[in-house]
Amino acid sequence: MGVHVPDGFIDAPVSAGAGVVAVAGVALALRGARRELDDRTAPLAGLTAAFVFAAQMLNFPVAAGTSGHLLGGTLAAILVGPWTGVLCVSVVLLVQGLLFADGGLTALGVNIINMAFVTVLVGYGLFRLLLRVLPRTRAAAAGAAFAGAVVSVPAAAVVFTGIYALGGTTDVSIGKVAAAMIGVHVLIGIGEALITALTVSSVLAVRPDLVYGARGLAKPLELRPEPATV
Amino acid sequence: MKNKRFLVVFLLVSLALAGVVSYYASSSPDGLEKVAADKGISAKEKDHSLKDSPFADYGVKGVGNGRLSGGLAGIAGVGVVLLVGGGAFWLLRRRAPARDA
Repeated sequence: MGVHVPDGFIDAPVSAGAGVVAVAGVALALRGARRELDDRTAPLAGLTAAFVFAAQMLNFPVAAGTSGHLLGGTLAAILVGPWTGVLCVSVVLLVQGLLFADGGLTALGVNIINMAFVTVLVGYGLFRLLLRVLPRTRAAAAGAAFAGAVVSVPAAAVVFTGIYALGGTTDVSIGKVAAAMIGVHVLIGIGEALITALTVSSVLAVRPDLVYGARGLAKPLELRPEPATV
Repeated sequence: MKNKRFLVVFLLVSLALAGVVSYYASSSPDGLEKVAADKGISAKEKDHSLKDSPFADYGVKGVGNGRLSGGLAGIAGVGVVLLVGGGAFWLLRRRAPARDA
């Protein structure tokens, strides 16, 4: 089961600072999400958050004695939009912390930064960049989803290491933390990417119009004003 | 697939994953936990302040059967996330159809 950063890894000042950043980011996301949500997409967004919660329970083995689980930021952002995606993962983290004692309450800011902000920024950002250069096909969208997700997980590990460097309560060399964190999260990223690509392709197969990040995929090239010669 | 049917299938998949499939999830420590234990990051880890809550650690307190306890906790979690998230998204939504929907 999802095990996030607990209380006591990061000192109080840095945890509080992360909390302030998280609150500010979530406030921005609440504003941004209003542009992404309407009567049709709001229910899908709620279900996407529920799906991320469910998928985070499914730890998969990645190496001897080590497991990983979906973070879900890239997936949620592709399905329902980046701002709403940030909110989906944040709601999951909030419920996990308050109801399931998973993820320290003082570490909630750290967890939101790593698992909501970083994964959406990096994973969805890369997805969109790739869509610009790839052909407008479902296969290409699934590939871009895979690439975004695969990079998003080690990116979250890098940012965790940075936060640990600022406020870690123990005295472990940053190089060692970085190497170990990035190493294992490169493997977890592959699982993240498989789940993300599989889910995105499944939704694209039945309801391509509902995939926020790939809207316009099936449409012909954008309409432009053209001379009236028919 | 019709909108309503799609949403129902999406919900059922989540409930099945959280309620049934989660029992078969790996119980090994996850990447962060493993690195923290191996490298000593977790030396000053504190217990969760809500570790005695009824759903702590994805189980239902008082339910002895692991499969049932975990499954019920998972289903409860899906429900609560859907309620909190879906509720917030419903309140945030624009009342007119999206521009490029």
